[in-house]
Amino acid sequence: MARSDVQLMLDVKAGDELSFEMLLHKYRKPLVNFLCRMVRDQAAAEDLAQEVFFRVYRARKEYSPSAKFTTWLFRIATNLALNAIRDGRYRQMQISIDAPAAEDEPAFQLPSREARADDRLIERERNQMIRGAILTLPEKQRAAVVLHKYHDMDYAEIGKILGCSESALKSLLFRAYETLRVQLALLVARPAAQPAGEGKRHEL
Amino acid sequence: MSCEKISNALIAYLDGRASSDERFVIEAHLKLCAACQERAEEFRRLWQVMSEVPAVEPSPAFDARLRQRIAEAAKPKFWGWMLPAPRFAVSVALLVALSIWVGGRRPRSVNLQNMAANSEEQFRMIKDLGVLENYDVLSNFDALSDLPASTQPAQDQQQKRPSDSPGSGSGA
Repeated sequence: MARSDVQLMLDVKAGDELSFEMLLHKYRKPLVNFLCRMVRDQAAAEDLAQEVFFRVYRARKEYSPSAKFTTWLFRIATNLALNAIRDGRYRQMQISIDAPAAEDEPAFQLPSREARADDRLIERERNQMIRGAILTLPEKQRAAVVLHKYHDMDYAEIGKILGCSESALKSLLFRAYETLRVQLALLVARPAAQPAGEGKRHEL
Repeated sequence: MSCEKISNALIAYLDGRASSDERFVIEAHLKLCAACQERAEEFRRLWQVMSEVPAVEPSPAFDARLRQRIAEAAKPKFWGWMLPAPRFAVSVALLVALSIWVGGRRPRSVNLQNMAANSEEQFRMIKDLGVLENYDVLSNFDALSDLPASTQPAQDQQQKRPSDSPGSGSGA
């Protein structure tokens, strides 16, 4: 019978290194992806993920299962990511979809007619456009969207990670998705409602 | 219900986490409000679009890096042997500080030269004690009365301290 995450962590606390390896194997990829969506750069995300796992290991002796393991893990990750972003450590990695792109960075525009022929290029452009739009969100909204959309967490768990109530979180998520809907109007608006490339907007 | 009130519940409705009551209210509103209906449709497409972004794979060296970091953190520091326990280190530091403080409360400048001079003075007095206690020598010390008046203070001084001039004692 598979052990729960909490049981694995309790075994780590008791000195079982293999249990830590199992937790690392299970959450390495989700954590790197979460942090990658928070700070964009994969190398920076991996540095932060290393720090998260190191802190988990270092705190093993004091671990007490007061919450789900993922809540604890992602709370550490979120706090580290938010601090790193606020300290400006990864500011250079944040981008605006309105800002001019760097020389080696493709601009966040829909592909030109010539480029449409290349499906891979189109896909890359779309992905970068979406990632860029997420990165323009305020940090807390960004964390909420990433945890909700990409980690399928429920409101109670996201609320615990971000330290806010469920109703506040719902409001946060609505504002974040509304921003993304506008930013990515070219991708999400119905073609019929988008004559000459202009997305239809509805203000509340 | 107004569009504004619907908005906070709309995400929960779309991700299937709304309660049955919320769902009922929202569905009733969407039937009547084309703007909210379109917004809901765009949210659904937004989520589809966001799902297109592939996940990244952690670098192959990720685990090895972490194990190395944990192993390095577990190594004792080279000065670790000096501090077997923090409490012990703090106690030693406090003891040293207390010793310095107590030492600093003593008279700071003990004048060794003055001490030596006083000792010499006492030794001389003891050495001449026989002469000083001899009343006959002091009362018949005629040489003092022959001195002129101007030198009287000097005589007084000599009377007080006859031992200062070694020749006076022998001349008596």
